[in-house]
Amino acid sequence: MPAKGWVEINELYCKACELCVTDCPSKVLALDLTRLSPKGYHPAMMLHPEACTGCGICAVVCPDAAITVYRGTKPGTKTEGEVGHGS
Amino acid sequence: MIESDVKLVYQRPIGFEERGTHYCPGCTHGVAHRLIAEVLEEMGELEQTIGVAPVGCAVFAYNYFAFDFVEAPHGRAPAMATGIKRTLPDRMVFTYQGDGDLASIGMGEIVAAAARGEQITTIFINNTNYGMTGGQMAPTTLPGQVTTSSPQGRDVERQGYPIRTAEMLATLEGAAYVVRRSLHDPRNIRMAKKALRTAFEVQKQGLGFSMVELLSTCPTNWGMTPANARVWLAEHMLPYYPVGDFKVSNAISFEKQGGN
Amino acid sequence: MARELIKGNVAVAEAAVRAGLVSYFGYPITPQTELLEYLSARMPELGRAFVQAESELGAINMVYGAACTGRRTMTSSSSPGVSLMQEGLSYIACTELPVVVVNVVRGGPGLGNIAPSQGDYNQATRGGGHGEYHQLVLAPSSVQEAVDLTTLAFDLAEKYRNIVMILMDGSLGQMMEPAELPPFQPFKTEIPDWAVNGESGREKRVLTSINIDPPAQERTNIRLMSRWQEIEANEVRYKGYYLEDAEYVVVGYGTAGRIALSAVREAREKGIKVGLLRPITVAPFPVKEIEALIPSTKAFLVVEMNNGQMLEDVRLVVSGRKPIAFYGRMGGMVPYPDDVLQEIEKLASGEINFDEHPRDRWLAQMRAEFGTGA
Repeated sequence: MPAKGWVEINELYCKACELCVTDCPSKVLALDLTRLSPKGYHPAMMLHPEACTGCGICAVVCPDAAITVYRGTKPGTKTEGEVGHGS
Repeated sequence: MIESDVKLVYQRPIGFEERGTHYCPGCTHGVAHRLIAEVLEEMGELEQTIGVAPVGCAVFAYNYFAFDFVEAPHGRAPAMATGIKRTLPDRMVFTYQGDGDLASIGMGEIVAAAARGEQITTIFINNTNYGMTGGQMAPTTLPGQVTTSSPQGRDVERQGYPIRTAEMLATLEGAAYVVRRSLHDPRNIRMAKKALRTAFEVQKQGLGFSMVELLSTCPTNWGMTPANARVWLAEHMLPYYPVGDFKVSNAISFEKQGGN
Repeated sequence: MARELIKGNVAVAEAAVRAGLVSYFGYPITPQTELLEYLSARMPELGRAFVQAESELGAINMVYGAACTGRRTMTSSSSPGVSLMQEGLSYIACTELPVVVVNVVRGGPGLGNIAPSQGDYNQATRGGGHGEYHQLVLAPSSVQEAVDLTTLAFDLAEKYRNIVMILMDGSLGQMMEPAELPPFQPFKTEIPDWAVNGESGREKRVLTSINIDPPAQERTNIRLMSRWQEIEANEVRYKGYYLEDAEYVVVGYGTAGRIALSAVREAREKGIKVGLLRPITVAPFPVKEIEALIPSTKAFLVVEMNNGQMLEDVRLVVSGRKPIAFYGRMGGMVPYPDDVLQEIEKLASGEINFDEHPRDRWLAQMRAEFGTGA
């Protein structure tokens, strides 16, 4: 199975510069054009979360350190074909 | 229940204050700040560091770093840093300067500090213009480049040629580590971080003056999107200001620091 | 301790060392270079910091950085170099840091010459750098006094978080006199609670002179001005000679005051009841002390080595209540006691037309005697 990951984008810091959107190798990210952050920007969001590998490139290029990157299985999600584990 | 396989890959460094910056969207000042905060945290030097802020877009840099800072008059940061480091030799002292601060009004101070081999580190943000004041020509503005004070494009006959500061300072004996890196893509950003680490290690080991010139974008004054600004940097700035190591003192051993 | 024959510049340097000077940053310029040269050996000898900066601009900014750490620091220069330092002094004043600056004044304006002068009085007492700030200005008239005022300068600078300038004219820097140097003071161990020094285990500190928000800058200015008021109320220093029964009072500081003292003594021997008020702090100016002399004084004579700068401070205090005459030499010329005596005699004889501005009368005399060189 390919590496999986996810990111959290802090809307207080994101300035919608789109560098993460441009550089993400898996084209996971996009600006959320349906809403505005408190600062008046369209914050970045995971448009294709299933494609995220947790490579961290978005965080490397983010000028505002707005992105937290995780690898592994995001708690509360099930991947396709996976039987639920645990209680 | 399966064990959690979650690994934290990256989070905002603690040396980068929990507050938004005033920098323009996509401005690589933020990347440089982040890298400095990461490196100093990894070295365990956060509390022992004193930064010297410039006059320029980074004039409020002291609001963004979680350690002691002082504000210098325009161009005088290397002199202030000298005063601090000579008084407190065991602290980590760095200056953070832009094109005008370092290469124009401050040229005397930076050359003298490097020549004296001051045990300080300078981070030089080169974005080929004076950002804070609205995009005027700088000593780093490229021939033909349009700025608000070279509206027809820099005419080398009347306005002279740009200065390659890293190459120039590298000729000084007192300079131990003088390199240029760039912040225009992830690979170069990673290389920049390693260079910053080496520069701070050079200071820690008392090997002399260290400087990392960082090619940076200025989307607002260049009139481009952040992404296009990076492309412009790669196409126009890299040929004139090549990424490279211009002075690496023999005393620097890379195996020890893990930098490059 | 024994007195030794010592040059002014060197005496001030050693006095600073004994006051616990941690760092010195300077640049060569005549007539104060010996101060730098002496410290270039003495500071490293004691394991303290010394840098000959790239310029006075570099030096004052190194002082700025060092002062941010809360440790004692100093620079020295002479008139043209002090002009270069004005930017740094304004920043230091707004950041409220203790700093000692020695200005060994030479003939000017411009490159001028290397002879003694008091031409920087206005620059020193009115600020010099941009914006609203004041520096304490101490004016010694002998090598011993320069030594004593150096020790005092550091204490006052720290007491008030203010710049203290030691204003010496060129002759004081160069001449050798017997003087007693103070004992060694230990370094201060207490670090001020505002100092930026990269200490562990506390909140970060920032020292800056930027107050981007005008109300904040206004509050800073209110604070600085209030501090200056406190200094004016508490730190005036002066010396009076033969003032108890004086009918005429000469006002002069530094070397001019010293020369005037010789003239005053001679005049006394000739029966003229004249005294001397010699300000030791020219900023704060001895306003109350001169005010107190007005009722008993028939006329004042201000003697300076410039074009009449302290003259204006005296005129401000006297406010037209009594006549004032002026005598000065400029451009590196030093007055002779005999010439000052002549002016005292003119004052006492009623020769002087006090309708004229004192400077106008004096300048006409100067033109007649020396010409304009045109």
